[in-house]
Amino acid sequence: MLIRILGEGQFVVPDSELDEINRLDRELEAALKTSEDNFRQALDALLDKVRSVGVRPPDHEMEESQVILPFADASEDDIRDMLTEDGLVPD
Amino acid sequence: MGLWQRFTLIFKSKANKALDKAEDPRETLDYSYEKQLELLQKVRRGVADVATSRKRLELQITQLQQQSDKLEGQAKAALAGGREDLAREALTRRSGLATQISDLQVQHAGLADQEEKLVAASQRLQAKVEAFRTKKETIKATYSAAEAQTKINEAFSGISEELGDVGMAIQRAEDKTAQLQARGQAIDELLASGALDDPTGTSKDSITLELERMASGNDVEAQLAAMKTQIGGADAAPAIESAPTSDQNPA
Repeated sequence: MLIRILGEGQFVVPDSELDEINRLDRELEAALKTSEDNFRQALDALLDKVRSVGVRPPDHEMEESQVILPFADASEDDIRDMLTEDGLVPD
Repeated sequence: MGLWQRFTLIFKSKANKALDKAEDPRETLDYSYEKQLELLQKVRRGVADVATSRKRLELQITQLQQQSDKLEGQAKAALAGGREDLAREALTRRSGLATQISDLQVQHAGLADQEEKLVAASQRLQAKVEAFRTKKETIKATYSAAEAQTKINEAFSGISEELGDVGMAIQRAEDKTAQLQARGQAIDELLASGALDDPTGTSKDSITLELERMASGNDVEAQLAAMKTQIGGADAAPAIESAPTSDQNPA
């Protein structure tokens, strides 16, 4: 699976890792509803996982990602903005 | 990845919206290529701006550090002169500086990280823009306007995501450097006003002034003592020299 972390580029992640990545993603979603500290930890855990198991495709390759993840220093507000139509993504 | 599939869709629909529909779809290739080159320029400027901000932060950290060292020296001098109140004041200011310094060091680490990512993003974008150019020329040479659309969509789909990502990264870098600029200015003003003292030594803070008053006070006492010795010594130097005097300051 091709995953992009905004600001860092793409990672090719083996399918065998998807269960674990999905689990970390659910934790992040849950953390969004609790505290800033939980949220930061959950986002770091998810991004670290993708970085550690992912392999970077060659720079000149142009494939669409299946999943796009927020940039590492995104705040909770950034994330909420990202998930609305007129959010952070420039028009 | 429920949350991010939704976000991915939003991100892509926005990135694709940027593409104009022209009469001949092959023209959109040239138009997009121009836009890509513009963005590449923008990223390079962004990298330079972030580097400038980082260097400015480094300079300010050094200045604040010098100031902190100076206050420590002043505290010692004040204490040696029996002025604990002045020493306390110097150390209080110094601990205020320590907070500023560690805060700026955190900012500096964040900026250095951002700079590194932008440099990498600019390299990736350059490679993709180059690949897009090759693809664009092939499409224009090989396909008629009617046939070209599918190939063009393919060429766009890969790069538009990268463009959207880099566009966001640049926007965030600009926001960050603007924030730091405002803050850096505040620190420069603080340094200039003497509140933090000026390490160039052109303006003097109250602790420096007080220490100088102490020093010149001691100096006056010493001169007075020397003069008294001289005047007395004209008549009976040996006697006075050995005689204990109550008002002489041994320092």
